[in-house]
Amino acid sequence: MAMNRLSRPAGHTTPPRVALGPVPYHWSRERLDAFYDWAVASSVDIVYLGETVCPKRRSYRGADWARVAAALRQAGKEVVRSTLTLIEAASELGAVQRLCASDEPLVEVNDIGALQLRKGRPFVTGPAINIYNAATLNRLAGLGLRRWVLPLELSRDTLAALQAERPAGVETEVLVHGRMALAWSARCFTARAHHLAKDECGFCCLDYPDGMPLATREDEAFLQVNGVQLQSARPVNLIGAWDELLALGVDVVRVMPQAEGMDRVLAQVEACRQGARSPAEAARALDALAEDGTCDGYWYGEAGLHRHAG
Amino acid sequence: MELVCPAGSLVALKKALAAGADAVYVGFRDDTNARHFAGLNFTEEAIAEGIELAHGMGRRVYLAINTYPRPQGWQRWTAAVDRAADLGVDALILADIGVFDYARNRHPELRLHLSVQGSATNPEAIRFYHEEFGIRRAVVPRVLSLAQVRAVIAASPVPIEVFGFGSLCVMAEGRCILSSYATGCSPNTYGACSPGHAVEWRETGIGVETRLGGVLIDRFGSDEPAGYPTLCKGRFQVAGETFYALEEPTSLNTLPILPDLMAAGVAAIKIEGRQRSPAYVERVTRVWRQAIDACRADPEHFRPRTDWVEALQRVSEGTQTTLGALDRPWQ
Repeated sequence: MAMNRLSRPAGHTTPPRVALGPVPYHWSRERLDAFYDWAVASSVDIVYLGETVCPKRRSYRGADWARVAAALRQAGKEVVRSTLTLIEAASELGAVQRLCASDEPLVEVNDIGALQLRKGRPFVTGPAINIYNAATLNRLAGLGLRRWVLPLELSRDTLAALQAERPAGVETEVLVHGRMALAWSARCFTARAHHLAKDECGFCCLDYPDGMPLATREDEAFLQVNGVQLQSARPVNLIGAWDELLALGVDVVRVMPQAEGMDRVLAQVEACRQGARSPAEAARALDALAEDGTCDGYWYGEAGLHRHAG
Repeated sequence: MELVCPAGSLVALKKALAAGADAVYVGFRDDTNARHFAGLNFTEEAIAEGIELAHGMGRRVYLAINTYPRPQGWQRWTAAVDRAADLGVDALILADIGVFDYARNRHPELRLHLSVQGSATNPEAIRFYHEEFGIRRAVVPRVLSLAQVRAVIAASPVPIEVFGFGSLCVMAEGRCILSSYATGCSPNTYGACSPGHAVEWRETGIGVETRLGGVLIDRFGSDEPAGYPTLCKGRFQVAGETFYALEEPTSLNTLPILPDLMAAGVAAIKIEGRQRSPAYVERVTRVWRQAIDACRADPEHFRPRTDWVEALQRVSEGTQTTLGALDRPWQ
């Protein structure tokens, strides 16, 4: 059982760094400006920047991302530029190609096409790149992989086995708080909910800074509709597993942006990192912030929507 | 244009060959393939017999090992690759980078295809598998428009196979974990979406409820046929409206645009449905054999025959069909 492995001193002695994932929603320019002003002043160590969901969203252009990247670096943050996740059209590939060919020190690739365009130079794989075994991890390490984000449906036992065979020079990142991206489609589900064609969407997703709630017919919060992406309605909350994350040698913990309450989320992660609060207490505090509850089932090898701990 | 047909049993394989399949694709009886259902799929002996039959007729047999092994089960996947090589399958259909790496190093002579589960939706993704592992063909996910399929074919280093008919995945395959969110089992890890063991049918006073992992997927009145609770084909509430928020229960059917697919240079048409009956395989294969032959002979005057359309509709989910993402307005 995993706990036996975890009790051995395998992990890091230094606490993990905290990363802010790429903003998954269509936020206005003003909201993005305010969010990244907050990020500059926050305690996060790493910030992932870029549009990962829909290539039509243009609140920020290239110059805006460059400006924010500069401000974050000025404040001592590591900046990683993220690519689109589902790349279909040639125009989308062109933009990804420019990013991958740029002199950015690190790029988060979220599609195998982006990986192809970046290979040979340093990259991070996002959670939608399927690294499920050591053979894959090793192969990608040979192509420039510097950090990988654990695919969302994998458990602590799988992570433990992968950490045991992790190649040198590769860091591991785990999503510890935020809604999980569960599916990607050609179809825009936000436009569909508005009875609009994708090509005439009118950017209706701008009205939903946390996505549109999708509930079952018995009013159970189930998914969050975010354009061509579907998310879990409940955010994952792995803060309670902090000691396990540490013991497994996780280098970076990721929190996903949400429209409200980021400062409170980060405060709990920070309290945990500094030992000011027990992981169980921090996890309970984060649960209290989530209207529809949180989940952690994947971590324990169960259905993702389950709440196992606490 | 090659016609690639599904077989979940030796009976289905024989029916597919008799009805005119150029190639049949199969899987072993475990979670190494994406149609991991009880009572389905092939023993080594059955595959050997199928290959002998197919080769005797000048046809081919492909084997899908297209799920993503985790460290706990890794040896099962490598053993499957070894067995497939020993059996002499005509191609392996793979998705996982680690399995590709193993197959390429251990059996360099094996012909490799990229599975739809590999989720390559653009030419650079296909180029990755070609440069790294020498794939000879790629199956593209059901998320591309016809214009995008054309563009992929124009820039792809290898021939492209597309889904022609069968169950419609609305999401990019290989990147959808909706099923494991509700049940703990996904196509990637377990080889099945919305697996039967997680399904419940509950009679209520006013009809039937279908659930997946306890999550209510749909309710049906006593006058409605209750469909299988595939997660993305349920009715949900968004913004106060209850509807098929993701997709209707419907099947993919590209017969109306077959001349366009042929003109675009699609190398192979794949029929979905290894989990379906031998009768389904026979019926669908026969229609598509006739359609491809007719289209090849006279593409300009090709029209789907009424009897073909009816035959396909009878075996379609909700007896409805769609062009799916190939038709831009669908998106």
